[in-house]
Amino acid sequence: MTRDDLKNQIIDYLAGKLTCKEVTEAITDYLEGRLSFGKWVRFQMHLGLCFGCRRYLRQMKLTIRTLGALPAEPIPPAVRNELIQRFRTWKTREYSH
Amino acid sequence: MEDANQLRALRDGDETAFAALVDRYHGPLLRLAMAYVPSHAVAEEVVQETWLGVLEGLSRFEGRSSLKTWIYRILINRAKTRGIRESRSVPFSPLGASAEDTDEPAVDPARFRSTGYWVDHWAEPPGVWDDDTPEKLLLSKEGLAQIEKAIAALPPAQRQVITLRDVEGLSSAEVCNILAISETNQRVQLHRARSRVRRALARYLEGGGSQT
Repeated sequence: MTRDDLKNQIIDYLAGKLTCKEVTEAITDYLEGRLSFGKWVRFQMHLGLCFGCRRYLRQMKLTIRTLGALPAEPIPPAVRNELIQRFRTWKTREYSH
Repeated sequence: MEDANQLRALRDGDETAFAALVDRYHGPLLRLAMAYVPSHAVAEEVVQETWLGVLEGLSRFEGRSSLKTWIYRILINRAKTRGIRESRSVPFSPLGASAEDTDEPAVDPARFRSTGYWVDHWAEPPGVWDDDTPEKLLLSKEGLAQIEKAIAALPPAQRQVITLRDVEGLSSAEVCNILAISETNQRVQLHRARSRVRRALARYLEGGGSQT
């Protein structure tokens, strides 16, 4: 074994023996708290050594935050009034029998 | 419980309670309806039908599910009926062999090394996004349009799940309940949906054609 091979193996071991590709596929399970304890430890070890995956995780969290802040379309006043009218009709019918 | 008070007020004919309910859920219902039917106009009709369904069912609603879950379920029933009538059949079979069930990688494989000891590790790592990326995206008309476009481009099942989970902020249990899908299926759809939206945003934010 060459020195480089040994170095690679040590880094690989310290990075949880996970590939970056595997990290991108396990990321939702990680964020949902659904990784097994063993895999969670390996995931954390990988993140500790890999800036690319830390950036990926950050992008994913920012994507989720963006989605959560999307504005809802407001109800058109005419539709709102119509619905309240319907509620009044419903109320009179509901209380007439 | 808040739900019980709200329900009592509604049944007592409290108009303010109904108006508050409409204001709170009209937008979210419209967004979810868009995952089932082909046009905004049809989605609006479905939401209005949903509110009429709520009024019809209010006296019979037993509170076994939350008010929110119950309303979303009425919407989904109406939307499915309309979706079929509008002949854009949405694939509902959770494990069907539809196109959206094929294994799609979260990241373009070209971003990873293809040979050597570090195969499947980043060849071209993701870019750095600022902390205020959401605000920047949402405050620009173009950014907002990009996000909406990315959501609209998702296969229906993915769109339904990401809309309820990430846009509306419902819990995994609530979403499984509303969509009548398993927790595992929900997580798979969420993963694919989030991965695709992230990819679309990266393409927009980081620019260039080679972005994943």
